[in-house]
Amino acid sequence: MTAQAPLLQVANLSKRFGGLVAVRDLSLEMARGEVLGLIGPNGAGKTTAFNLLSGFLTPDQGEIRFDGHLLAGLKPHAICGLGLVRTFQIVRPFPHLSVLDNVRVGTLARRSQMGEAREKARAVIDRVGLGPKTDQAAAGLTLAERKRLELARALATEPTLLLLDEVMAGLNATETAAIVSLIQRINEDGVSILLIEHNMRAVMTLSHRIAVLNFGEKIVEGPPATVANHPRVIEAYLGEEYVHAPAR
Amino acid sequence: MRWLAAAALVVLLLLPAVLNSYAVTVFIFIFFYAFLGQAWNIVGGYAGQLSAGHAAFVGIGAYASALLSMQAGLTPWIGMLVGGVLSAGLGTVVGYLGFRFGLRGFYFVLLTVAFAEVCRIVALNTDAVGGALGYYITFTGNPWQFQFQDNRVYYYVALGLMLLATGIVAAIERRRFGAYLIAIREDESACEALGVNTFRYKMLAMVVSSFLTGVGGTFYAFYLFSLQPGAVFGIPLSVEIIIRPIVGGAGTVMGPILGSFILSPLAEASRIYFGQGGWAGAHLIAYGLLLIAVVLFLPQGAYPALRRLWVRMAPR
Repeated sequence: MTAQAPLLQVANLSKRFGGLVAVRDLSLEMARGEVLGLIGPNGAGKTTAFNLLSGFLTPDQGEIRFDGHLLAGLKPHAICGLGLVRTFQIVRPFPHLSVLDNVRVGTLARRSQMGEAREKARAVIDRVGLGPKTDQAAAGLTLAERKRLELARALATEPTLLLLDEVMAGLNATETAAIVSLIQRINEDGVSILLIEHNMRAVMTLSHRIAVLNFGEKIVEGPPATVANHPRVIEAYLGEEYVHAPAR
Repeated sequence: MRWLAAAALVVLLLLPAVLNSYAVTVFIFIFFYAFLGQAWNIVGGYAGQLSAGHAAFVGIGAYASALLSMQAGLTPWIGMLVGGVLSAGLGTVVGYLGFRFGLRGFYFVLLTVAFAEVCRIVALNTDAVGGALGYYITFTGNPWQFQFQDNRVYYYVALGLMLLATGIVAAIERRRFGAYLIAIREDESACEALGVNTFRYKMLAMVVSSFLTGVGGTFYAFYLFSLQPGAVFGIPLSVEIIIRPIVGGAGTVMGPILGSFILSPLAEASRIYFGQGGWAGAHLIAYGLLLIAVVLFLPQGAYPALRRLWVRMAPR
């Protein structure tokens, strides 16, 4: 494989739920090391796209190629094994397990020796700034801490592509800023990131490129500045009458 | 904690020297049900897949080794492995159906109960295995045929089974397999996302659990010498198997043992005191009350509660 080959290639992906087309003919490409923001109004199909990419749903049409592998028919655990891992919008910690044991489930994906997995997990926990909470049960964490835990577990599987589903939702400005810089550091370490996010400032800061979904279709794709001022994006978010409104 | 376990083991090894035959019998049942509870614990406690049909595995193991011994002269020491393998075969089928088609909670409970009931009805209607009359083993007292003149030998065999299963569970808990089972119990989808092949690990848990339970069937057959479809495949036996680890602490190494030490003597005592004079079945009421108490006050079982107490009391 050449260095220029894209890490992720999504071609003509569609998913229908009964009469509703949740994702329609979606095509995307991601280069290695890239941060791609996926935005769009509620119900645009962003999380469905994540579920398709991570193997939690099977597409009706289209194909996904990741790091040289076709993902058709693969289960989530196998896709994780290839290096594509996702977080959940509604965080799903193992509530009765300690932070350490939570993250260790992730590090065990690449090794079977328990002691080694534990040490690796400690390193990941320190990296996301949960060090002081290492031995606490996940159920007792604050929302911000749970979001970090969700991130830590995914990171523990040593992904090449991380799908982050609204890791900033529900966080205050300080917490958000901290997560943004954490994600930047993760990206600098060579992990590509596909990001669903409603926090516009965060997504504009983090993303190299942004793709906008509306009613299951990609309507615009490009650098953050272009996307933010694109009439179709304004229309999708605010309605048609705002497209020609004068700027503030 | 390790000290305590070692001391308890020494006591259990020496105990038959001072116990009368009846007390030995009580301990045999404590050990045997602790063994079955421990086997169930792997799939029911650790992996959180509530099999309510484990009697099926006891029954298959029991009938297999009894028939092989009586009809073909095969020693039950080997027959117990055959019974274990056959039970594991059934466990594979039940597990495959349940896990492949994503049956959870009540639906998995119903599936497992249904399989056990099918086994019961088949045994009930198969004359070759004694049908409704049951299947009887002639007592020869030959140790090679898993038959012992001295009750105390059964004591040590049952103790050995309990320790074996406990050792297996402790080993599972220390390994990736165990860490994955616990995580599956906590949140299956999250496990899948983190690279855990949940189907494979649940299947593995079911196979190990049903194999061990099937091995226990041989002990059942050659300790009681009679197999009744209703008793050996019935729902009451499945409940007996489940209730000990739940009361003691499902998903802990010591839970099934503690649960059996609490419940087996209780069952015995209520059978003796309420058994006569139209009070038969009163032990079921006692069980019911105890279960309600456990769910209300110790939802994780007695062992985790004891452990917390121990930690609080222990000097630093």
